[in-house]
This record gives sequence, C-alpha cells and structure tokens, in this order.
Amino acid sequence: MKLPKARRWFASVAMLLILLLTATGCTEKMIVLNPKGPIAEQQRDLMFISLLLTCVVIVPVLILFAVIVWRYRDRKGRTSKYTPNWEHSTKLEVIWWGIPIIIITILAVITVQSTYALEPSKPLASKEKPITIQVTSLDWKWLFQYPEQGIATINYIQIPEDVPIRFEITADSPMNSFWIPQLGGQMYAMSGMAMTLHLQADEQGDFWGSGANFTGKYFAKMYFDVKSTSKEAFNTWVSDVKASSPALTLDGYKKLTEPAASEVRTFSGFPEGLFEMTVTKYASSHNHGLSWKDIQKIDKQE
Amino acid sequence: MWERVKTFASEFFVTGDPMIYGADASIVITMIGIVFGLTYFNKWGWLWREWLTTVDHKKIGIMYILAAFLMLFRGGVDALLMRAQLAAPELSLLAPDHYNQIFTTHGVIMILFMAMPFMFGLFNVMVPLQIGARDVAYPFLNALSFWLFFSGAMLFNLSFVIGGSPDAGWLAYPPYSGIMHNPGVGQDFYIWGIQISGIGSLMTGINFIVTILKMRAPGMKLMKMPMFPWSVLSSCIAIIFSFPILTATLALLFLDRYAGAHFFTLDGGGNPMMYINLIWMWGHPEVYIIVLPAFGIFSEIVSTFAKKKLFGYKSMVYAMMIISILSFLVWAHHFFTMGSGADVNAFFALTTMLIAIPTGVKVFNWLFTMFRGKITFETPMLWTMGFIPCFIVGGLTGVLLSVAPADFQFHNSYFLIAHFHQVIIGGVVFGYFAGLYYWWPKLFGFKLNERIGKWAFWFWNIGFYLCFMPQYALGLMGMTRRVVTYGWDKGWWEMNLVSTIGAGLMGIAFLFQVWQIVYSVKHLQKDETGDPWNGRTLEWSIPSPAPHYNFATLPQVTSQDEWWEEKQRRLQGIATPATKITEPIHMPKNSGIPIIMSMFWFFTGFGFIFDWLWLAIPGLVGVVVCMLIHSFNYDTDYYIPVEEIKHTEAAIRGVTS
Repeated sequence: MKLPKARRWFASVAMLLILLLTATGCTEKMIVLNPKGPIAEQQRDLMFISLLLTCVVIVPVLILFAVIVWRYRDRKGRTSKYTPNWEHSTKLEVIWWGIPIIIITILAVITVQSTYALEPSKPLASKEKPITIQVTSLDWKWLFQYPEQGIATINYIQIPEDVPIRFEITADSPMNSFWIPQLGGQMYAMSGMAMTLHLQADEQGDFWGSGANFTGKYFAKMYFDVKSTSKEAFNTWVSDVKASSPALTLDGYKKLTEPAASEVRTFSGFPEGLFEMTVTKYASSHNHGLSWKDIQKIDKQE
Repeated sequence: MWERVKTFASEFFVTGDPMIYGADASIVITMIGIVFGLTYFNKWGWLWREWLTTVDHKKIGIMYILAAFLMLFRGGVDALLMRAQLAAPELSLLAPDHYNQIFTTHGVIMILFMAMPFMFGLFNVMVPLQIGARDVAYPFLNALSFWLFFSGAMLFNLSFVIGGSPDAGWLAYPPYSGIMHNPGVGQDFYIWGIQISGIGSLMTGINFIVTILKMRAPGMKLMKMPMFPWSVLSSCIAIIFSFPILTATLALLFLDRYAGAHFFTLDGGGNPMMYINLIWMWGHPEVYIIVLPAFGIFSEIVSTFAKKKLFGYKSMVYAMMIISILSFLVWAHHFFTMGSGADVNAFFALTTMLIAIPTGVKVFNWLFTMFRGKITFETPMLWTMGFIPCFIVGGLTGVLLSVAPADFQFHNSYFLIAHFHQVIIGGVVFGYFAGLYYWWPKLFGFKLNERIGKWAFWFWNIGFYLCFMPQYALGLMGMTRRVVTYGWDKGWWEMNLVSTIGAGLMGIAFLFQVWQIVYSVKHLQKDETGDPWNGRTLEWSIPSPAPHYNFATLPQVTSQDEWWEEKQRRLQGIATPATKITEPIHMPKNSGIPIIMSMFWFFTGFGFIFDWLWLAIPGLVGVVVCMLIHSFNYDTDYYIPVEEIKHTEAAIRGVTS
C-alpha cells in the first residue's frame, strides 16, 4: 500500500511492532498478523495504524488515571491539594473534547479511504488474469467450483500464487461467512445472493479457511484447506483431478445439500450452471442482492 | 393410552441428557422446598400482601435485582459450561446441539434477563429517592412491567427442561431461526419470552421518563438533577425508540414461523437481511441502554468517594444525550462484511467512531472529579476504579472494530467476543455491582461486609482479564465464535485453557458475593445514620431503609448536591429548620392484577409456543378481562394520615416529637 508522507511514520512504527512480535514468535500463531496476500497485509497495516492512533489518547489517560488515584488518595499527612468545589474549567474541557475529535478525524479519513480501496468486490490490480472460484456454503461443508477449469472440490481449494482469485460466494443453507484469515477478511455467504470477494496469495504454502457465521449443528466442522502452489503445480493438480475424480451430478449435488459434514473430495466436472441455479433458486422472481445477470453485466462493463 | 402419554412426555420434556435430569430434579426439589417453607411458616399471606401485589417502587426494585441475580447465576453456569467445553481441543463434554443452545441462552439471559432487570431494579430503588419523589409516575404500570418481565423470563427459562432451548444465537438470525431449519419449539420460546418481557421494558421506559420529567422535588431544575436520573432519562429515551422495533421484528418472525408468512424467507419474496437490519436497529441501542445508567452510577460514586463535586456536569449530560442519539445511527457496523458496499460501510464506520468522542469525554470528567479530591476505596469506589481501565481498553478495541476494512478480519472472531465482554462486563456489570454496593445500605439498612467484598472484587477482576485477554489473541489466531470444539492443529488450546481458568475465577468471585450477602445478614452491622458513605444526593437525607412514603415532607432543592450542601450549612451552624408534617400523603394501593395479568400472558405465550389454542385464547381473554377490571377500578389510592406519618418518622429516626 502506498502511504502518504504523514502516515509513513505510523507505518514504520507498526513495522517495528511487527518485528517485535515476530521476534517473540507471536505472529507465528496469530495468523491474522502474519498475512500471505496483499489484502490481508493491508488489513493488518490498518489494524496497527488504528491501534497506534488510539493509543495516542489511551496510554496517557491510563497513566493519568494511575497518577491521580495514587496522588489524591485519602491518607494521613498528605500534602496534595483538595478543592471540593472545583467543578469546571472551559480550557480543560475544550482540550478533552478536542483531542478525541482530532484523533477520530484522522482515523475517519484513513478509514474512508481504505474502505473504498479495500472494497471486496473491486478487482485486484495484477498482470495475471484472475481465476474464478465459486463458493457454496452447504450444511456443513464448502463446495468450490472452478468454472474455467471445469472441476469442483469439497472443503479444499488449491490456488496458484500471485494470481488474483475472484471468489463468488453464495449459500444453499443458512447464512455463513467465508474466511481465509491469512489471505484477507471474510465475506458473508447468503442464499439468493452472489457476493464477490477478491483475494490473492503472494507466496506458496498451506493456509486454512473456515465458516465464520453460525449455521447449526456441525458448524464447527466447516474448516477447509487452502493450498497455494506454483502455477505449474496448480495446472498439474487440475489435470490430475480431471483425470482421476468422478464428476459431480445433479443428484450428487442434491446429496451434498443434505445436512452432514464431509471429508475432502474432488470432482472432475459439475453440471453446467449449478452455481447460478443455487443463487437464483430462492429468488427467481424477486432479487434483492446482485443476481447472476447483474454480475455478468458488471463484468462486461469492466 | 399409556403409549400416547409416553410419546407426548418424551417430546414435551427435554430428555436424554443426565445434566438435564439433574436440573429437573433440583427444580422440583427447590419448588417443593419453597412451597413447604411458605406453608410451614405460614407466610403465603405475607408474601401476597407485601411482595406479590406491591406497587412500592423500592420493593419492585428489590424483586428485579433478586431475579437478576438468579439469572446471573443461570447465565454464569452456561458460561462456565461453554468454557469447560472449550478448555482443551476435541473435548466432548457437551454435544454440539446442547452447546448451541447454551451459547444462545447465555446471550439472551445475560442481556435481557440479567442486565435489563438489574438496571430496572436500580432505576426503581433509586430514581424516586434521588429526585425527591414518593413513587414513580405510574405505580400500577410499574408492577405490571415487573411481572411481565418475570413471566417472560420464566417462559424463556422453561425451554431448558420443557420443549427444548433455542439454538440460533442470541439474535436468532433467519433463515436459521426459520421454521425450515429450526422446526422445534425452542425459537418460539425465544420469541414469546422476549416479547412478553419486552412489553414490560417499554412500559418501564415510559414510566421513568414521565417520573423524571414530572415528579422532581420542588426546586430541582433539570440541570440540578443528580447524574444517575440523567443517565436513566437518556437510557429510557433509547428504550422507547428501540423496543417497538424489537416487538415488531419478533412479531414478524413469529408470523413467518407460525403462519407461514415470508417476511424473512427468500422463497416467498422476503429477505433475511431485513431481519438483521431490524434486529440491530434495536440491538445496538440496547447495549447503550444498559451501559448509560452505569455511567450515571459511576458519576455518583466518583464524586461521593472523591468528596468533590462532579467535574464538568454539563459535559456529562450532553455526552450522554449525544450517545443516546448516536446509538441509533450505527447498527450496520454489525454486518460490514455483508456486502453493503463502500458508501454504506464508510458511513457506519464514521458514526461508530463518533461515539468514542463523548465516551472519552466522560472518562476525562471522572478523572478530573478525582483530581484534587480525597479518594477512599470502599467497595463501590473499587468497582469504579476497576471499571475505568477496563472500559478504556474495551473502548480502544471498539474503535479498532469500527475501522470497516479491518473489521473484515475481526468480525465473528473471538476478538469481537473479547471486545463486547470487556465493555459489557467492565461497563455494565461492574457498574451495576458498584451501584448495588453503594445503595445496599439505603435499601436494607445495613452495610455489606467490605472485606469479603474486596475478595470478590479482586477475583472478578483477575478472572476477567485472564478470561478475556487471551480471547483477543484467539481472534487474531483465526478462532471464530460459536464453534463447539477445535483441533489440536490450530494451536489455540493454551489460550483457551487460560481463558477457562479466568472464567472459573469469576465463578468463584460470584460465590464470594453470595457469601458476602449471607455473612452480612448474619453479622448485621446496622446503619443508623441513613448516610453511611457521607453522600451528596437526596436519598441519603432520609433514614434507611426508607419508609414506604420515602419523604415525610417533600424536600426543597436549591443546588446540585442538595444533601451535601445542607450538611455544609449545618457545619456552619445555618441549619434549615425541619418542616412540620402537616399534610397527609397520597399513596397508591396494592394490586393483584399485575401478577394475574402476567400469568395470563404466560399462558398465552405457552399456548402459542405449543400451538395449543385452547390455552392461548383463554390466556388472551384473561389479559383483556384484567385490563377491563383495572380500568373500572376507581379505588386505587389512599391517604396516610398526618398522625401515622409522625408516628412512623419518630420510630425510624429514634426520636420522639
């Protein structure tokens, strides 16, 4: 993220903090602070910038609190002043209405800028052509379809590094939320809507994702693996799946929608328009969110 | 026949879990114990006359607080069960379904059946005394509010042994809470329990707005009113605007479930998003509704124990009013990640951040109230001291969450869980405890033991930080809320274990508080002064416990801290001469209608939950009949003669006049 001058100072302090955390091995486990893609990285920077900004007010207040309580406690032989009727000071009140207003204004500017910059439906800038993965939250498993590759998986995705991924997310079950912490923030999965989320992995490795919004009995089993590999390895994996897995049929999909957890599975194909069917199935006459057609229209405009 | 009874019973009662059977047995034993005790000591008449039919705001307040304590116990046991289940990976102490029910009831009970009644209890016991009134504006309505809350709470709690508990989270998002995904009666218990008690909450809101605006003692201008009534006023304004939204939302959800409507289901043209918007339009103000009165309590306590005037009184008032209004403009920050787009997210991020400003101002004002004061650390002040750093840190994480794009990573994770527990326990629970310790001597005429109270305080605080600080880390480790268990591979178990230990310490702290009350009742340190903390406001000018008419003669108010000023004048030898008791006091009569009408509401709710119209319809008829009887009853009040007041005053003040 390119930072204006004023924010560079904050960013460098943030870096220092991250270094400190890394040195103690803390970020190893705190995966949100150990991002592997551009979106998660900017979100982490934002966390640190806002943390530092708020600390500008909060740390002095905590110190002030400790000092006041210590100094003005009632004890024998104390010399500190006691002014029982002192109840107002315009100067002081202006200061403490003023400081939070300034801090919040700065934070507000940063927030608004980054809200537009990180809007999840916005495509990522990249020379690579994005890959689309269609995500469906089922009871209690994730179905991933690769429309361009013609394959599908359950509870597992493989992606090539440095290539933007365009996730199209829906649900054929209660509302869920699709989250891969090391790649970026989550997005709700809702029936009747197709939400878009752009993420990218900057390096190879194994990450994991999960459902973040409660969906019922086996909600806790909705984890999935995310493997980021080289482009060649990704292509090999696709052809392997194509060659060795069975295809997903419409009946097979109906089986998948039945409430049960599932192991990792792969499919060499899936019925055409399955994702679109899922999205529009509950809202054929009456679309509140973006319908499949709207999305196509937007894509063409881009 | 026998087979049919057996099938019915197995569906009607919750079966199959030894823990539930244990609960069944203990409920039955407790009930038998209560009935036996009341009969043996011949106390039924006393219970009916003195408590069940009372319209005295102090007694209603005490009943609210008692109920809140019971619910704190129930919600706390739920919390401990959850923490036990999460203490180590892959435990199966609780089955997934059971776990889902427990986190749902924990949330609902703590917010609606613990925090709300605790708050209403404190409103009831103190607002009239602080503004120099003899009662609330509508005493009958006040009793009705309490009994509606009580039947709602009982109905909700019943779901745990009869029919099955709700399991769709404390706000019951559709489609999961819809009939398709949730066919049992649990969600119906949720709807009716909250609905019935919600009506009571709305009425309390109206009641206290009118009380505060119309019943202040002569001379008490709004800007001379103590800070607690101000906080109650701002909270009640939020109540009357937000609770109708809750009532409407739950009514629509009920129609979806019961009558096959499609307000919140996509397949008939409805939209679950509508529910989420509506429920948070109530839900967000709700958290400010419960925290604002705590701000009022802290303000009273800080100035009392720093022996100094509250700093920046006007700032405090404006800050609270601004918070009360802003709380209605932030609801969408609960679903930044639902694809509303950058415009909407930016707007709600900004309004959310704005709340930090007035809240911050209040902290500064409390600090400068202590500045150049003489601070002592009795238990009420200790809780205030515990609150300040806790709330500051909770506020900080709240601002972090309000940064919309960063919230995409925090949302639904344990970071969020840690944040709202920090502000709600640190702000609301600590605040109400502070208030309860502070006003206990006024309510009951004796002080609670300070030594045990300090043990409770430290256990609560250490337990709190141990429990919730690791949860911030867990959130950053990717742990999401509401998971029943997790694998060893995630590396979450150390933090979870620490968190569970912290929760255990808070459980012990609660036991200390129970012991503190029992011990203090046994070793009664009677407070003869009526003013044990050297207080500043009117409630301390009358004997403890207050006589049922509160003030023998209405006080004349000339300044903000009227009682403190009066004491200062007395020190200088300029005592205001005591006004003679010359007028009889007008008081409301007790009534059995509130409790009976609420029982009919209970039957109505129960009937709709099980689709038993033979019970629901007579229930509704009963409600209407009660209303009619009450509206034709003209014998609702009486006068206490002057002689009797003089006699009572002489007895409680220990003087003869």
